[in-house]
Amino acid sequence: MPEIRINTLKAELNEQALLKGLAQNDSKAVETLYKSHFTMIQHFVENNNGSFDDARDIFQEAMIALYEKVQLDSFVLTCQIKTYLFSICKHLWLKRLQQMGKYSSPLSAHEESISVEMDMGQIEKKDAAFAIMDRSLNSLGEPCKSLLEGYYLNKKGMQELASQFGYTNADNAKNQKYKCLMRLKKLFFAQYNIGD
Amino acid sequence: MEDIQLLETIEKYLSGELSDQERAQFDVIRQKSADIDQMVVEHKLFLDQMEAYAKRKNVAHTSQQVFSTLLANGEWAPIEAAAEPTKIIQLWSKYKKVIAIAASFGGFFAIITSIIVMYLSPSLNGSQLLQLSKAVEVIKKNQQAQGHLLNEVKTKVPENAKLISGGSGFLIDTKGYIITNAHVLKGNGAIVINSKGQELNATIIYSDITNDLALLKIEDKDYKQPKTIPYAIRRKISDLGEEIFTLGFPRNDNDIVYGKGYLSAQTGYEGDSSSYQIQISANPGYSGAPIFNANGELIGVISSRQKLAEGVAFAVKSTEIIDVVNALKGNERTKDIIIKLPKYSSTNRNRKSQLDNLKNFMYSVRSFN
Repeated sequence: MPEIRINTLKAELNEQALLKGLAQNDSKAVETLYKSHFTMIQHFVENNNGSFDDARDIFQEAMIALYEKVQLDSFVLTCQIKTYLFSICKHLWLKRLQQMGKYSSPLSAHEESISVEMDMGQIEKKDAAFAIMDRSLNSLGEPCKSLLEGYYLNKKGMQELASQFGYTNADNAKNQKYKCLMRLKKLFFAQYNIGD
Repeated sequence: MEDIQLLETIEKYLSGELSDQERAQFDVIRQKSADIDQMVVEHKLFLDQMEAYAKRKNVAHTSQQVFSTLLANGEWAPIEAAAEPTKIIQLWSKYKKVIAIAASFGGFFAIITSIIVMYLSPSLNGSQLLQLSKAVEVIKKNQQAQGHLLNEVKTKVPENAKLISGGSGFLIDTKGYIITNAHVLKGNGAIVINSKGQELNATIIYSDITNDLALLKIEDKDYKQPKTIPYAIRRKISDLGEEIFTLGFPRNDNDIVYGKGYLSAQTGYEGDSSSYQIQISANPGYSGAPIFNANGELIGVISSRQKLAEGVAFAVKSTEIIDVVNALKGNERTKDIIIKLPKYSSTNRNRKSQLDNLKNFMYSVRSFN
């Protein structure tokens, strides 16, 4: 096999490993992505009416978008991570500029990009679901929010939660959790359309 | 079966915790009862959403952490290294107020008024003025030699306007949004002066007399937007006894002054829960100056001093800044303003270089009518 072919293969394997790491919330993978690509996005945003903070926010959003993309069953990345991240950031920044009413001329960019409209459609649905869950949890109030987060998100046992929240036994905690869960589901489904 | 037990069974069924026999029984129940079947489907969807929510939240958290760590380790340089201005321009911006004094009696009168209003000390005296004027002569000559127009540099306070109040302020958004005290802005117009002595035009966006906070926006072509702000606005209440420090412009010569102290009570004057009591030597010009904790987080805004007790001052809590930003949305005139509060504090510096960096985000505020 010619050497170039082997190198391309290696690079592809590396990229796949990185995406797998991102899907598993591995901070080493996240760090590699930042180190390899953030500067590119920083230059792009700062050259197009943005600040360092804007670049940070856009990159953070793009990382989430990439993560959501990896989660999709039908996931196949057909280009380099670099190109994909850049394309998402370009899309997001363009949208942001339009929202601020600042966008007038085409963005200046040196990187190649692909169309991410289709992907962003899927990702925006995930964003919406995330936002609904976030709003619902936050409007629950305490101790419901922490109790449910402890059980469902941090996978703590009922016994542990009972002592953490000062319930006399696990059954009391369970009753409280049930009431909270019913409220959360009501809040969530009031905003979330099944089958949408 | 009670609802709570039913739900517990559904959760066990979905997570595969039921035995084969129990599972088979439950499948029969599902087939018989459309209601229960619907509950199972709905709960599965809900749990999947919770799971997706949790995982995404963790990824977002990791991403933020990684970014902060890399930033703190100097992976990227967020703050543009300000190009070293030439000596002449430095002198020029330092003494341009004096030129204004020399140039117009109106300007002179305005500044004297501000001195009276702010109870500033020490006051300018004749000999200082004379010395400064001399320095100005040198600059004038240099400027003329370079072919610059003298009238390019004059005070941005409108002619005939009277300076009536002043204090300190600090950036909360790189776009040029500055927080100061409401009582610092007694006039209807304002200018701000950065730590290099450069005057910038500003507009008053919002003023809340009750909390004594106000929001300004720099609107000036000379304003150089920094890339990022090196202090987070603290969203929690700070601890008693915490070491604090401040940077403000209490002096009339517009030099930035550093002060150190500690948080002496978690409530302010007469138990006011929206402010802290602090032990710091606060002079009048410190009004609107930020209070930082040892981690470099912004925890409050100096607002007033108890007249009789030396060193006792009060600071509006940083959470009130967040309230101000939120309040903008409720007002027709300001609802479209997007303010992004800084979230990261740079901590890996010694105090001296930290102050050196922070002073670029501090402004002296003057209000006029």
